[in-house]
Amino acid sequence: MPKRRSFAQRALEPLAAPGLALLVLCAWQVAVPFFGLSEFVLPTPWQIAGRMVSDFPLLLSNGYVTLFEVLAGFACAIAGGVPTALAIFYSRPFERAVYPLLIALQTVPKIVLAPLLVLYMGYGWAPKIFLAFLIAYFPIVISTVVGLQTLEPGMVNLVRSMGASEAQTFWKIRLPAALPSIFGGFKVAIALAVIGAVIGEYVAAERGLGYLQLQANAKFDTTLNFASVVMVSLIGVLLYSAVMFFERRLVYRREAAH
Amino acid sequence: MSRARAPIGLGVRIDGVSKAYETREGEDLLALDRIDLEIRAGEFVAVVGPSGCGKSTLLSMLAGLIRATSGTIRIDGAPLTGPHPGAGVVFQSDHLLYWRTVLDNVLLPIEIKRRPLAGYAARAEELLAQVGLAGFSAKMPSELSGGMRQRVAICRALIQEPGLLLMDEPFGALDALTREQLIMDLQTMWLAVGNTVLFITHGIDEAIFLADRVIVMSPRPGRIDLDLAIDIPRPRRWKEIHENAAFLAAARKVREIFEAKGVLAAD
Ligand SMILES: Nc1ncnc2c1ncn2[C@@H]1O[C@H](COP(=O)(O)OP(=O)(O)O)[C@@H](O)[C@H]1O
Ligand SMILES: [Mg+2]
Repeated sequence: MPKRRSFAQRALEPLAAPGLALLVLCAWQVAVPFFGLSEFVLPTPWQIAGRMVSDFPLLLSNGYVTLFEVLAGFACAIAGGVPTALAIFYSRPFERAVYPLLIALQTVPKIVLAPLLVLYMGYGWAPKIFLAFLIAYFPIVISTVVGLQTLEPGMVNLVRSMGASEAQTFWKIRLPAALPSIFGGFKVAIALAVIGAVIGEYVAAERGLGYLQLQANAKFDTTLNFASVVMVSLIGVLLYSAVMFFERRLVYRREAAH
Repeated sequence: MSRARAPIGLGVRIDGVSKAYETREGEDLLALDRIDLEIRAGEFVAVVGPSGCGKSTLLSMLAGLIRATSGTIRIDGAPLTGPHPGAGVVFQSDHLLYWRTVLDNVLLPIEIKRRPLAGYAARAEELLAQVGLAGFSAKMPSELSGGMRQRVAICRALIQEPGLLLMDEPFGALDALTREQLIMDLQTMWLAVGNTVLFITHGIDEAIFLADRVIVMSPRPGRIDLDLAIDIPRPRRWKEIHENAAFLAAARKVREIFEAKGVLAAD
């Protein structure tokens, strides 16, 4: 028997997640004075929000730096990852030589390279962008290869029987069928690129949100540290939403109509 | 036969065609053994045979998708070297592109052949209407039933105005009622168009119902065991066909062959 949901239930459902978040924030707000914690140990959400307003120019200028590093790293990962995947898919020797290595390298935590990258590339943009690139590159390659392989052989035969060239096969069927998987890779990659850039800043930097956090730590400014965390999270959410926006426009999912 | 036919049918001539596949172990597997078959322009030929006897192999060769190991295939006299522009194929699975609307799926071959799309959109709607899908052109394939999807796949083959229509068990995945309807639709279409059709099936009754000639193949390596002309006037009616003496005689002949070859148990 199908369950009937009351009007109140249906009206309240979309509010459940924001409501829970609000509840947690309120609990945090109340708990801090209740346990007698000082701002330097744990600031309240209200204090963090206040700081975000008062130090907004500082957070914004460092946020731009981090945002730029993430975007540059992600763009490089797409520019490098998609062609790599195409080469793996279309060239047997390349696949044999490169794909096993790529899969093996994927298990290496790229983060541990950060100090070395600073050693070789200095304190500027380069090591952060490179780390963001490196960490975002692998999921893009692998999800693109997997996507290109999803097409059933029968589909290829169908378009070949219509006289399709290799290029037409790619643009008309292979790429569209690969897009859901490719975008899955992009979504993982954009989240990882944020991590890469911030870690790069932790190791050595003169600007950026990671750098701002280290500065705040040195000054025991926990509130500014939290404000930076919020800022990094906002960048993550913003970029992820941007990828989803393009996904919605470009990708029709098989499940969507069910 | 007094049927008026537009001159669009292509003639097919298959001479001594064999096909050997290489197995994973590196051995040769003979799928087809020296097939000779001539299909006249505008003829409807059905091929029946047990699973694995090389029916799909034969069709793939006619579609220009795989090459014969030996022998030649000619279409209207010209040796076949790749997909023929006048051939249209319908497979058992519809292979509709799920990200395209019904209309855009039907227009796919036109796009691939780089013909002007505008000129064919109206024709596509017309074909869809003929198979009972008027008003469905903007729907996505996932909104259709299996039978509707296969109808779209047939429209997609027909929009190319194929002089040779190749069908590989096109109704094999459908339920009995839908199958019956599509068989009738196919007959109507063919009577109107008059193209050459090679129809592969393992349904003896649908083969006899549809075809001018039924080719019975032996288990692997596939050979032609019987080439049976079906002289039943058209249009044939599915409801009456099982009472038709010529139909019953033909069905008995095909069954006898299968029983002799151990494909069907004799009882
Ligand atoms: N690509 C292939 N490689 C190796 N063997 C194949 C291949 N395609 C088909 N075969 C074999 O050839 C035989 C005929 O296959 P097929 O033409 O698909 O038969 P049918 O359509 O009559 O069921 C089968 O034994 C099958 O296993
Ligand atoms: Mg088959």
